[in-house]
Amino acid sequence: MTFAAAAGTVAHTTTTTAAEAQGFLSPTGVEIAFLLVGLVTFGAAVVTVTTRQLVHAALWLVVALGGLAVEYLLLTAEFIAWVQVLIYVGSVVVLLLFGLMLTRAPIGRSPDADSGNRRVALAVAVAAAVALVWVVVDAFRTTWIDLDGTPAGSTDVTGASLFQHWVLPFEALSVLLLAALVGAIVLSRRANTAAAAREATTRETATGAANGPPSGSASQPTPGPASGPARASTARRRDAEGNR
Amino acid sequence: MHLAYPVVLSALLFCTGLYGVLARRNAILVLMSVELMLNAVNLNLVAFDVWLSRAAEETLHSGQALALFTIAIAAAEIGIGLAIVLAVHRNRGTADIDKLRDTAEGHDPDGTGDSVSDSDADAPTTRAAVTKTEATA
Repeated sequence: MTFAAAAGTVAHTTTTTAAEAQGFLSPTGVEIAFLLVGLVTFGAAVVTVTTRQLVHAALWLVVALGGLAVEYLLLTAEFIAWVQVLIYVGSVVVLLLFGLMLTRAPIGRSPDADSGNRRVALAVAVAAAVALVWVVVDAFRTTWIDLDGTPAGSTDVTGASLFQHWVLPFEALSVLLLAALVGAIVLSRRANTAAAAREATTRETATGAANGPPSGSASQPTPGPASGPARASTARRRDAEGNR
Repeated sequence: MHLAYPVVLSALLFCTGLYGVLARRNAILVLMSVELMLNAVNLNLVAFDVWLSRAAEETLHSGQALALFTIAIAAAEIGIGLAIVLAVHRNRGTADIDKLRDTAEGHDPDGTGDSVSDSDADAPTTRAAVTKTEATA
């Protein structure tokens, strides 16, 4: 690819000199801001994966994702930053909180938030972090991003590139979103129809207990005459809880 | 700005998400960790795109376009994932991925078979058993 070769040569010639002029020991203001926000983001991410309170994990995830939006702003990618705020902080975290609520997550500290292989996971993560940071720092130690001038990711630039060069993937992505929507509806509808069928059979069992065993309950343990209606009513109440 | 700053932050965030995916037990917490990993990749894409758009006069902006696509795919993934988790919770009464061992060979977590643990007195599990018997009936 000629583009990649041009990228390599041009980047090498221009950025090495700039980066040698700018050492790591005299950071610019943008770098200091990036470092501070990055520390906050990383700390929030660590708290997200280690806290034992499930709702707090979702709320710390908001801090981490918001910090990443600020990092995008510092990298002059404005459009991605606002998309990040809108989609992640606005909708994904709300979805996660809804999921926590619907699975009846405990409000306080839950002792079994972490599984038994915590130490192995920590070892794997630390090893991966050391390897990645070592390789990446070794590769891009002298590379310098020039952040002056017009922003690299304003809405104008991003929109032009997205609708000039990336129209076909964009449309394919819309089809994927539609498929995900339909899939989510199908996944939650199947449970609803199953619940409706169970409701119908429990009602049939409750009414048919007086007349004798119903036709479809051969494998089902037939409830006693006293426990039949009570069980049906508890099942109905549980369904009402689940559908709320 | 040195490219090393965003790239190192991205690597650290990715490894944090990796730890969360491996160590968490609740399925929704695993989904949160997956979001962290996807965001780390996004930061990488944006940083390299900003660098290349200046250094190489690259006008395609492939990094930012790919970051937008990743955000959209992550939104679709979180929707489908939560639907699956909710369906599992409705059928099994739990969202712990350690307890979903129907396809695992060998060791059981409770030391008993699956059919025995299904007939326990736990209310949602009996619901699942009732659903299963009615589906077969």
